[in-house]
Amino acid sequence: MAYSEEVIDHYENPRNVGSMDKNDPNVATGMVGAPACGDVMKLQLKINEEGIIEDAKFKTYGCGSAIASSSLVTEWVKGKTMEEAAKIKNTQIAQELALPPVKIHCSILAEDAIQAALEDFKSKQQALAQG
Amino acid sequence: MNYFELFGFPTHFSIDNAQLSERYRELQRTVHPDKFANKSEQEKLLAVQKTAQINDGFQTLKNPIRRAEHILQLRGIDLSHETATVKDTSFLMQQMEWREALEDISAMADPHQGIDELQSSFKQHETEYSSILATNLEANANEANLIAADQIRKLKFMAKLQDELIRIEDDLFDL
Repeated sequence: MAYSEEVIDHYENPRNVGSMDKNDPNVATGMVGAPACGDVMKLQLKINEEGIIEDAKFKTYGCGSAIASSSLVTEWVKGKTMEEAAKIKNTQIAQELALPPVKIHCSILAEDAIQAALEDFKSKQQALAQG
Repeated sequence: MNYFELFGFPTHFSIDNAQLSERYRELQRTVHPDKFANKSEQEKLLAVQKTAQINDGFQTLKNPIRRAEHILQLRGIDLSHETATVKDTSFLMQQMEWREALEDISAMADPHQGIDELQSSFKQHETEYSSILATNLEANANEANLIAADQIRKLKFMAKLQDELIRIEDDLFDL
């Protein structure tokens, strides 16, 4: 199957690969996986006191489309508020990367990773508030 | 289509592989093209369709993950087409650590040992998930079926790790 130029670009030069300290109270970690292909995706967001995403890192084991989807998402979320990031939809990711129908689930995975990270952040903040 | 019935087995997760292969050969003989050489086009077509069913059935029953999926499918739970995301963080963290370990193998002083160690910890987890799967498929209650579905998802991730391990082994030792 032929990959689009956008996918190849992100696959060959992935943006923001890496890890942050998951115990840092300002770091949100979202872990998601797709059983059908065995892909595993980790998305980490560094969120400041104003609720703005200052930095994003990802690590993905999967096909080119899964890597490109997560790479793209790290670029998109930087500088956004949590509310704005929560609105990113898989259809936007799929459109930007020109994903074929069989690879749509990779963009769903990336959207779910954002949601999982934001949920992790909320539960972390709650735990902190409760001391 | 219940493949267990097609092969004359009870709808049961545990299966005798030798018996399965034998039934497969028997069934194949019943639809062999030689038998249909002098038959009508209609009968020939039916035999071809039956052959495809028999082959699908054999591939499904032979593979434990697909066999378990088939049982759940017969109970109304379709896993083979699902795109649902797994969010079990500790399970996925473990998957990620194993993927990292696989990446590091080629740089190890003794890659054989690294492969053996990973192989045995994969095996151990696979055995655990398979045993929970078997128990819950046997129970055949709503909640048990959902637990079984979860084990199938986990086993799919394990199968992917196993594929990766074999690929790395092939690359390393140029098999």
